Amino acid sequence: MPQFTDLLFYAFAGLALLFGFLTVVNPVSRNPVTSAMFLVLTIISLAGLYVLLHAFFLAAVQVLVYAGAVMVLFLFVIMLLDLKEEERRKLKSAILGIGSLAVAAIAGILVSTFVKAKPAASAVQSRLVEGDTAKLGEALFNHWLLPFEILSILLLVAMVGVILLSKKDLK
Amino acid sequence: MNVGLQHYLIVSGLLFSLGLLGVVVRRNLIVIFMGLELMLNAANLSLVAFSRYNANLDGQVMVFFIITVAAAEVAVGLALIVALYRKRQTAHVEDLTTLKL
Repeated sequence: MPQFTDLLFYAFAGLALLFGFLTVVNPVSRNPVTSAMFLVLTIISLAGLYVLLHAFFLAAVQVLVYAGAVMVLFLFVIMLLDLKEEERRKLKSAILGIGSLAVAAIAGILVSTFVKAKPAASAVQSRLVEGDTAKLGEALFNHWLLPFEILSILLLVAMVGVILLSKKDLK
Repeated sequence: MNVGLQHYLIVSGLLFSLGLLGVVVRRNLIVIFMGLELMLNAANLSLVAFSRYNANLDGQVMVFFIITVAAAEVAVGLALIVALYRKRQTAHVEDLTTLKL
């Protein structure tokens, strides 16, 4: 009888892969809004996987920041540009075939490597780390303080860049 | 079958390939950008899995940084797409063939 966490892993992983597939291949409608919605669902499934990996703070940050801010920005821009249904251009089947073949080759290499890999001895299982907020905060503000401060400067630079790029005349 | 590190890595690899498929095959700029975000999420999942199974919190700190950088990148990328749309009135990759603005 498999454990409940194993069942949950398969459920969340299957949902993440399914929604990821539906984001990229959009059979429901040609609208990019549908793709954005499926990407939100993918991100939430991944947050579920993070909870299974005991990374609780990261799961919350993922839902708040990624699904709650980044995807909302995506949707704002899609609606600002008013991209209606994609024109029905014929997708050249040669491009589709070669592209899918290349990506399938990369996927095959990755999956076969991970299947054949022998993980280290099971002694690792005994010292699994818990990603609660206190420990993550300690790591972030003691050891990783410099990248943290640099990130704040990066966000400032990104903000200035966005304001500059959205001026009416780019002179 | 007990779920171990390999399972998470296989899911991460497949998710990365799906994002790559979106970037290569799709023709709409916004959907290409969404494929990019999918690839970043796949890398995040692999980092968190390694962090858990190697008893090291550095992976989770790196994911924190990657989420922040991805947010900044999405903001700048979408600003670029909006500016491009204002100039060319299209968000289709096949129309954008010249580098001249």
